[in-house]
Amino acid sequence: MVALTAEKQDQNLLSRMAAGDGHGEKSAYFDGWKAYEENPFHPIDRPDGVIQMGLAENQLCGDLMRKWVLEHPEASICTAEGVNQFSDIAIFQDYHGLPEFRQAVAKFMEKTRNNKVKFDPDRIVMSGGATGAHETVAFCLANPGDGFLVPTPYYPGFDRDLRWRTGVNLVPVTCHSSNGFKITAEALDAAYENARVSNIPVKGLLITNPSNPLGTTLDRDCLKSLVKFTNDKGIHLIADEIYAATTFGESEFISVAEVIDEIPDCNTDLIHIVYSLSKDMGLPGLRVGIVYSYNDRVVQIARKMSSFGLVSSQTQHLIAKMLSDEDFVDEFIRKSKLRLAERHAELTTGLDGLGIGWLKAGAGLFIWMDLRNLLKTATFDSEMELWRVIVHKVKLNVSPGGSCHCHEPGWFRVCFANMDYQTMETALERIRVFTCQIEEESLILTKPMAKKKKCWQSSLRLSFKDTRRFEEGFFSPHSPVPPSPLVRAQI
Amino acid sequence: MGILSRKATCNTHGQDSSYFLGWEEYEKNPYDEVKNPDGIIQTGLAENQLSFDLIESWLAKNPEAANFEREGQSIFRELALFQDYHGLPSFKNAMADFMSENRGNRVSFDPKKLVLTAGATSANETLMFCLADPGDAFLLPTPYYPGFDRDLKWRTGVEIVPIQCTSANGFRITKSALEEAYKQAQKLNLKVKGVLITNPSNPLGTTTTRTELNRLLDFVSRKNIHLISDEIYSGTVFTSTGFISVLEVLKEKKLENTDVSKRVHIVYSLSKDLGLPGFRVGVIYSNDDIVVAAATKMSSFGLISSQTQYLLSALLSDKNFTKNYLKENQIRLKNRHDKLVSGLEAVGIECLKSNAGLFCWVDMRHLLRSNTFEAEIELWKKIVYEVKLNISPGSSCHCNEPGWFRVCFANMSEETLKVALIRLKMFVDGPSSTTRSQSEHQRLKTLTKMKVSNWVLRLSFQDREPEER
Repeated sequence: MVALTAEKQDQNLLSRMAAGDGHGEKSAYFDGWKAYEENPFHPIDRPDGVIQMGLAENQLCGDLMRKWVLEHPEASICTAEGVNQFSDIAIFQDYHGLPEFRQAVAKFMEKTRNNKVKFDPDRIVMSGGATGAHETVAFCLANPGDGFLVPTPYYPGFDRDLRWRTGVNLVPVTCHSSNGFKITAEALDAAYENARVSNIPVKGLLITNPSNPLGTTLDRDCLKSLVKFTNDKGIHLIADEIYAATTFGESEFISVAEVIDEIPDCNTDLIHIVYSLSKDMGLPGLRVGIVYSYNDRVVQIARKMSSFGLVSSQTQHLIAKMLSDEDFVDEFIRKSKLRLAERHAELTTGLDGLGIGWLKAGAGLFIWMDLRNLLKTATFDSEMELWRVIVHKVKLNVSPGGSCHCHEPGWFRVCFANMDYQTMETALERIRVFTCQIEEESLILTKPMAKKKKCWQSSLRLSFKDTRRFEEGFFSPHSPVPPSPLVRAQI
Repeated sequence: MGILSRKATCNTHGQDSSYFLGWEEYEKNPYDEVKNPDGIIQTGLAENQLSFDLIESWLAKNPEAANFEREGQSIFRELALFQDYHGLPSFKNAMADFMSENRGNRVSFDPKKLVLTAGATSANETLMFCLADPGDAFLLPTPYYPGFDRDLKWRTGVEIVPIQCTSANGFRITKSALEEAYKQAQKLNLKVKGVLITNPSNPLGTTTTRTELNRLLDFVSRKNIHLISDEIYSGTVFTSTGFISVLEVLKEKKLENTDVSKRVHIVYSLSKDLGLPGFRVGVIYSNDDIVVAAATKMSSFGLISSQTQYLLSALLSDKNFTKNYLKENQIRLKNRHDKLVSGLEAVGIECLKSNAGLFCWVDMRHLLRSNTFEAEIELWKKIVYEVKLNISPGSSCHCNEPGWFRVCFANMSEETLKVALIRLKMFVDGPSSTTRSQSEHQRLKTLTKMKVSNWVLRLSFQDREPEER
């Protein structure tokens, strides 16, 4: 009889869940984070450190937030002005949540949808961030072995949030760059069929709108057709609207809440929204996740499940006060969008100048960068090779498309809202140096005489398989690099 | 509905149990000294509301912590962004120290083995996900906290098999009860993954003895299974000695750094000791690195708000505060406990002798119409709807003997406790008793007169078994 190794014995003692890799953190994706953590960039202390462009956080309006907190000591239960509420709040663990919290969040959700829809505070259910919300929704709507359709590319965290402890499967709805990664009816049908063939009962479709990692928003017709698709199939539609207020420029965000009223005989028992304050307000540390369902039973059950991840009552109290200050909220949303637009423009103008393509999109805290032309071969191995160079040599942590289940290699998600202007400039400079080096290397290989040419004057040796439209970009007057008529992402 | 999961449509969340129904009744008609003096008094809620003033005065003296400041600078921004599932280091350090202090510094806790969770509710569920697969079982001594049915079983698919404890020996865990439970699990084709105890016990209010802890360690050692010790009430022990953590026994038996020690896990929370259930602060402590790693990742589903971590790290790092708080809290709890016990004794109702917790385990077997759970529920309904006290019937805690009730004492003012005792006295004595204050009597007279006279005819007074402590 073969004796069990110590490790094997350990694994037998623990659950399969604990011993396995369902948490998803063994993926190469996390190497970039590790590289950052070991050597984080700091303009003075570590100027050669890794710049974190893999973190989709909104850090642009922290000053507004801080100012409000300082000016409103009554929003804290710890200050002299607020301590009279301390004991009531400290004992409050009712999973319905503070009524004023729910009302304030409902109001905020309305504002971030341009007041085009009304949200019922009684349908607001708390969760441990959107992370907790997704898991709760999966527990409510699906049994182990069931599946959700998810358009690719998608947020890597879904693999853990929706699947790990629930036993639910994710079935990709493949989207392609050829049409700007839009979700097509063919792709939906194909995914549905794939699930059927794999014996995975499909319970719903999960969309992220605005999209992570694309930054695109769904137009009204597309949204309607998704509602119709799910309604026809009798499956759920879960809309993760965590980036609702991160639209900028001319982009318009249309919530699924708006669209369901326009569809006759819409079965709203199948419609659910996941939301959070982590991105729109830049408060990921406070763990404010929301499940909003049009299905009464789901509201009830999700509420019971929220016991596993209630929002701290101290935080509920603060948020209730903050979001009830409508002047502040309006100003915050307005300024946040402006700053996002600015930072987005800084990055994209810089990339334009370097001839680096990106998917045109008007929302999110990131851009979807096109580096297909830098791949040795159109493979994910090549993408990982390029990514390792970007992380370890260029010292930028970006997220490779493969980690987002993108169907085509060569795309990278690059975050821009978690850094200041100087850091952005440093990052762009590093990209410039990198592209120059590639240029020079490729010139050495193909045209030895041309190696003395200035990189910004030369055209890349890249071979273009697809024709690309010249994008009418936004040329920031601050860009140090003159724009060049090079690659733009096809929209 | 066919479109929802089985978890959504089943009743494993346990909220149809009488434990929660009493709460619902209370919520419809809550007692208020002034606004609703005839309302239901909530004695079913194990909360510690006795020591807020101590925390509030600390806040007044520590404006930096209160204002999210550090060295004069606002750190709100940093807190707003902090979502590392490893938790705020200063908070974990402070928590480890606090847990140690709670155990008289007889054991020390390594912050690296601490996992932060959204309350003990989440800690217990997370441990199930880490230690058991769906269909596996954990053994729990009865009576136990009704919430375990939801926390341990609902989404995890884990089963609970009871270790039957009886009043014959003060509900202590015996070797035969352990073996019996294990056999029972096997009969049901359930793989036993561990034992979960609550020490101090909810609902008993007793601390687990050294003998029991040794017994448990031997048992889990032999069976090669886990031992989870939910020590959420460790700071509510109001006798100066008495609480022994399982970690202490491990140390005494020189079992630290052995395989057994890797299978012992502690759950803790600040909801009871500090009376802060709203803040959702739970902790898992484990010597098994894989459990710590897995649980840490799972904590993503319920991290503690950074705002709360920051406040509490400042509070718990203040050793003067913690020392004073623990001491004062103990005194107040003991005081309140003694009042309830003597008040009940005065009407011929005894409690299990206890030295901890926020409740008493009350023996009302002599008030049952018959020695059945139906009679218990009948009595319970009277107490909720007519005497207007929400108490928890033993059956909701899976007690195997009818007639026991959990009555909480730390979540109300002293005045309210007096009113509750008067109501109980009226219920037990019937309308013949006239020795009470006019004001109380007025309030209760019309309410209880007719009902009580009906009960007097039906009550049968059984001989009570002497309780071995």
